[in-house]
Amino acid sequence: MANLANRAVIADVLMKRAASDRDIVVLCSDSRGSAALDPFYETYPEQAVEVGIAEQDLVGMAAGLARCGKKAVAVSPASFLATRSFEQARVDCAYSDTNVTLVGISGGVSYGELGMTHQSAQDIAALAAVPNMRVYLPSDQHQTRKLMNALLDDEKCAYVRVGRSVVPDVYADDDCPFELDHANVLREGSDVALIATGELVHACLEAAKALEAEGVSTTVVDMYCVKPLDVEAVLRAARGAKVVLTAEEAAPFGGLGSMVAQVVGETCPRPVKTLALPDAPVKTGTKAQIFERYGLDAAGIAKSAGELLAKA
Amino acid sequence: MERKELTELEDLRWKLRGDALDMVFNGKTGHLGGDFSVLDAMLVLYFRHLNMSPEQRDDKNRDRFLLSKGHAVEAFYAVLAAAGFIDVKEVIGTYAKNGSPYIGHPNRGIPGIEMNTGSLGHGLPIACGMALAAKMDGLSYRTYCFMGDGELAEGSVWEGAMSGSNFELDNLCGLIDRNRLQISGDTEAVMKLDSQAERWKAFGWHVIEVDGHDLEALDDAFSEAEATKGAPTMIIANTVKGYGSPLMENKAGWHHQVPNAEQYEQIKAELKARAEEVRHG
Ligand SMILES: Cc1ncc(C[n+]2csc(CCOP(=O)(O)OP(=O)(O)O)c2C)c(N)n1
Repeated sequence: MANLANRAVIADVLMKRAASDRDIVVLCSDSRGSAALDPFYETYPEQAVEVGIAEQDLVGMAAGLARCGKKAVAVSPASFLATRSFEQARVDCAYSDTNVTLVGISGGVSYGELGMTHQSAQDIAALAAVPNMRVYLPSDQHQTRKLMNALLDDEKCAYVRVGRSVVPDVYADDDCPFELDHANVLREGSDVALIATGELVHACLEAAKALEAEGVSTTVVDMYCVKPLDVEAVLRAARGAKVVLTAEEAAPFGGLGSMVAQVVGETCPRPVKTLALPDAPVKTGTKAQIFERYGLDAAGIAKSAGELLAKA
Repeated sequence: MERKELTELEDLRWKLRGDALDMVFNGKTGHLGGDFSVLDAMLVLYFRHLNMSPEQRDDKNRDRFLLSKGHAVEAFYAVLAAAGFIDVKEVIGTYAKNGSPYIGHPNRGIPGIEMNTGSLGHGLPIACGMALAAKMDGLSYRTYCFMGDGELAEGSVWEGAMSGSNFELDNLCGLIDRNRLQISGDTEAVMKLDSQAERWKAFGWHVIEVDGHDLEALDDAFSEAEATKGAPTMIIANTVKGYGSPLMENKAGWHHQVPNAEQYEQIKAELKARAEEVRHG
C-alpha cells in the first residue's frame, strides 16, 4: 500500500464509505484542503458541508445533523477544533450523546514553525476529561484506517487526532490487529514498559530496540485509545516491568501520562515518568527537531528509560 | 384561530405559568422571569404548529424544537406536560430534587426534549444542522429554535445566523424572546441589542416582529414563517419578563429569584385574576 498520511487515510475511508452510505456527512471549516478532502467535496457535494471559519458552528451543526440520523464527521485543525469548539464538543456531542466524529488534523506539533496558536498540546487533556467523549490517536496509516471504519460503524461521539505528514508504519498491510478500545502490545519485556500514543509509538519501538541492544528488556504498548484508557493493558505492562514510561505529543499534564500514573499508582505502584512536550510554548522547529529537543525521539526515550531504570 | 381554541389557549397560558411557579417554589430554584416571557410563544408553537406528539417521538419527520435559552426549562416542562409528554404532578413534585431526572435545564432523558441545552448560544448552529439534515433527506419537517435576547451577545449565535441563510434553510424558524432584560439588567445597558430586525435582515433572514403575548399574532407569525421560501425566518417576539405577574414584571431581579411563601401566594393570585378575566371575557 502506498504510504499515506493519516489524514489522507481518513479522507480515503470517508470516500469509500460514502459511496454506499448516504448518511455520512463531512463538515469542514475552511479546512478541506488540509484535510485532503477536496475529492470528497467534489464527488459527494450533497454529503459535504462547508461552514467557513466557524468552529463552534461546525461542531454545533454536526451535532444537529447527527441528532437527525446523520453520521457527522467534523474535520478541522486539532488546535482550533479542540479548544475553540470545546464547549460544543462537551455539550452538543458528548452530553447530548450525538453521533459526531471530530477529526483533529495537523495535530500536536505538526505546525512546529507556527507557534502555540496552531499546536494542539492540550487537546488530549481537555477532551479526555469529558464524560462520554472518546479520544483516539492512531499510530500509523493501517490503524487509522481500521479505527475510522470502526467509528463510522458505531453511534457514539469521538475525537480522533492525527498529524500532518506521512509517518512510518507500525503495522503491515496484512498485520494490524485491531479491537476498538483495546491497546496493542507490540513487544513484551521485563525491565521497562513504554506506553505511547499516536506518532510516538513508532519512536518507542525504535527506543525499545536500542534498549534491547543494551540488554534492557522492554515492553511497548500502542495506547491509541487514550479514552477509554485500556486499563488492563496498562496494568499488565506495569506489573511485568520495573519502571513505566509514557510518551505523547502533548502537554505534560492531564494526558496519557497522568492517566497511566493514576492507574499504576492506585493499583501496582512503580516509578512512572511522563515523556511529553513542556508546560511552556514549544520552541520553534520541525516536528523532528522538536521531538529531539524535548527528548521525544527514539534516542531521548531510550535515555530516559535507562535513567529511570538505573534509579529503580 | 377559532374563538374556542383561542379561549382554551388563553386559559392554558395562566395555568401553565402556575405550573412553572409550583416547580420553582417547590424546587427552590429556577428562572421564572424568562419562563413567563417565553411561555406564550411556546404554547402557540406546540398547540398550533409543531408537528410533534408523544407518539411521534421517534418519527424521522417530526418537527424539531430547541430551547436554546435552556434556563426557561420550567416553562418547557409545563408545555410538554400540557402536550402529553410528561406528567406535570411528577415534575412539580420532583423538579430539582435529589436525583430527579427533571433538572434545571433541558436534557434528552425527558420525553420530547431533543438536545441538552443550557449553555447559551448553542441552539442556532444545532438547529441549522437539523434543518440541513431535512433538506438532505428530502423531509418536510421544520426546526424551531427559541433564544433569549441577552443570549444574542454570544458569537456562536451569529455563526448560526450565517449558516441559516447560507444554506437557505427556509425550514428553520428562530424566535427571540425580546424581553429587554438579562441578569445584569436592561439589555441596552449591558450590550446594545436594538435594531435586531435590521441585523437579521442584513444576515439574510426573513424577519417578523410581533407582540410576544398576542396569541393570534404569534400564530400568524409562525404561519408566515412556514410560507416563507428561500430564507430562514427570525421572529422577534416583544415580550415582558415575568409577564402575567405584576410583582415580577419587568424586574431584572426576578430572572432567577425564588419566591417566598408570601410572594408565591401573591403570584398565584395574580395568575388567578388573569385566568378569571379570560373566563368572564
Ligand atoms: C454561555 C452561558 N453563559 C452564561 C450563562 C448564565 N445565564 C443563564 S441565563 C442568563 C441571562 C440570559 O438572558 P436572556 O438571554 O435575555 O434570557 P431571558 O431574559 O429571556 O431569561 C445567563 C447569563 C449561561 N447559561 N450560558
